[in-house]
Amino acid sequence: MNAATALRLYRTMARIRQFEIGASRLMAAGRLPGTLHVSIGQEAVAAGVCDVLRGDDHITTTHRGHGHCLAKGGEPVSMLAELLGRASGYCGGRSGSMHIADPAAGILGANAIVGAGIPIALGGAFAAARKGRGGVAVAFFGEGAVAQGVFHESLNLAALWRLPLVLVCENNLYAELTPVSVHLAAERVADHAAPYGVPGTRVDGNDVLAVRSAAREAVERARAGGGPALLECMTYRWHGHFEGDPQQYREDAEVAEWKAADPLKRLAEALPDAASELAAIDAEAKREIADAVRAAEAEPLAAPASVSAHVYSGGAAR
Amino acid sequence: MSTTKYWRAVNAALHEELERDDSVHVFGEDVGVPGGPFAATRGLRDRFGEWRVRDTPISEAAFTGMAVGAAMAGLRPVAEIMYFDFMTLAMDQLVNQAAKMSYMSDGAFSVPLTIRTLCGGHRGSGPQHSQSLEGWLAAVPGLKVVWGGTPADAKGLLKAAIRDDDPVIVIESLGLWTRRGEVPDDPDHLVPIGAGLVRRPGTDVTLVCWGDTVAVAVEAAEALADRGVDAEVLDLRTLSPLDEPLILESLRRTGRLVVVQDAQGPCSVGSEVIRLAATDGFASLRAPAAQVMPPFAPVPFAPDLERAYYPGAEDVVSAALKTI
Repeated sequence: MNAATALRLYRTMARIRQFEIGASRLMAAGRLPGTLHVSIGQEAVAAGVCDVLRGDDHITTTHRGHGHCLAKGGEPVSMLAELLGRASGYCGGRSGSMHIADPAAGILGANAIVGAGIPIALGGAFAAARKGRGGVAVAFFGEGAVAQGVFHESLNLAALWRLPLVLVCENNLYAELTPVSVHLAAERVADHAAPYGVPGTRVDGNDVLAVRSAAREAVERARAGGGPALLECMTYRWHGHFEGDPQQYREDAEVAEWKAADPLKRLAEALPDAASELAAIDAEAKREIADAVRAAEAEPLAAPASVSAHVYSGGAAR
Repeated sequence: MSTTKYWRAVNAALHEELERDDSVHVFGEDVGVPGGPFAATRGLRDRFGEWRVRDTPISEAAFTGMAVGAAMAGLRPVAEIMYFDFMTLAMDQLVNQAAKMSYMSDGAFSVPLTIRTLCGGHRGSGPQHSQSLEGWLAAVPGLKVVWGGTPADAKGLLKAAIRDDDPVIVIESLGLWTRRGEVPDDPDHLVPIGAGLVRRPGTDVTLVCWGDTVAVAVEAAEALADRGVDAEVLDLRTLSPLDEPLILESLRRTGRLVVVQDAQGPCSVGSEVIRLAATDGFASLRAPAAQVMPPFAPVPFAPDLERAYYPGAEDVVSAALKTI
């Protein structure tokens, strides 16, 4: 393992962790309006996959998408400003946590509709194939989206047209408040790939190195014209479906078991000689996000006069 | 000008726009090798190749979403949803995604997407192949909705939609499919989105129509002329955004309004036109507005039932006479 790569992955995960802690605290303090879904515990998937992507590759993500956006190059101040309804937020305060989008970073949008980002990523893959510069598109989604028709439709279409689409399923064992045993018939999401003639792989989604290695294989294959792949990453969210979720659907012991498998801790254990560097990365991430929270909170709120701006691309209200 | 059938005008628009702009891509069910279920895409695949004109599986949600993503990533997709009714399968991608992307991203993304679809009414297509759902779509901020009632407008609106930077739903009529009309030859002739057209000027009553009912309203206006009533025929052409100034200007001239529509009444584009008349246009009204429309029922199949279902010119004439 390359030490620089490992430290980079750790840094990405640490930034995501701190971002999510910061957002969660803002909500608990009543300073962040609306609904919030954080990805604490799932950082390795975002970090491992996005580490093998180029700036011009596209991603789509979900209601739990802060980590993917950060790992793909999203700016934490603009993200937090959006979460806080500020004019300078990514979406001018009109969208909130679930819709971070950034053409410059290749983020075709987080999405508040389960599964909806999958066909949009398919479109990114189609455009990449047409441009012929080896670009790929990645759709991040939870295992809940596997029960949506668009998952299967998109997999079928991507396979037929050999589009450079990498489907990354974060299997965190719960679709909102419902356990996977109740909502998916197949035991392994990865097994859905085979009928479409697509490689399907299940990895330990809390092992960032394993995620990165599987993602690299899928992405390189897609870049070379080998078509789509499905990657199922087994992981777990430490918090509820939403902030404030009473979580009556799962046992404390299960949560504790998964906290012991913390993706950051696991990478740290694999790097026994890097303890001081990792501590410095943790401190730096904490500082960066604390500064970002301060900066975002200092921004002005979105102006009511902007309420009808950008309904159409020309900016003119109807 | 050339005389062309409605479907050939659609076909010519696609040929011209694919020729003009490499970023234009056509896909949908049966649009490639078969040349379209009703020949609208005939010859395109041979001319432009498999990547520009491609057959999809029967997956409206996925290929509409693919079109949204491809549009966000820089292409100009033209996706065909075979029948208007099938648009219900793609509603998430149209309503939650395409329509809102510009707004949700504060203008960072635009979605230069065209959806072509065919209303199968008047042809015995039955309850799930005949619906007029334009009112649903026109109620969604961020979508534009157009419906050409003549070959020239079908062509000019489709070309304008493809060149537009927002998602545009282009509705075509199977009932008008083989009708002929004069079509401009200029490949840059567009029908502007958002502009209605007074097809026949008049001073006594305004007949508002779109799509299949344009011909019905024109026929009714001629019958009314025989009875000494000078009717104005106002073809909306764009259902969202509505050409409100044109409607209000016509009402100022005539003081009377009859809306002629193939869609069921409640929450329809016609209701919106009447809302406009009852609010901003109220001072112009000299009689209650009328809405000539089908019953609040699905579109029936049997020819006699379907004829009874849709409004005809005689229904428009009697509604107009009641306003005088």
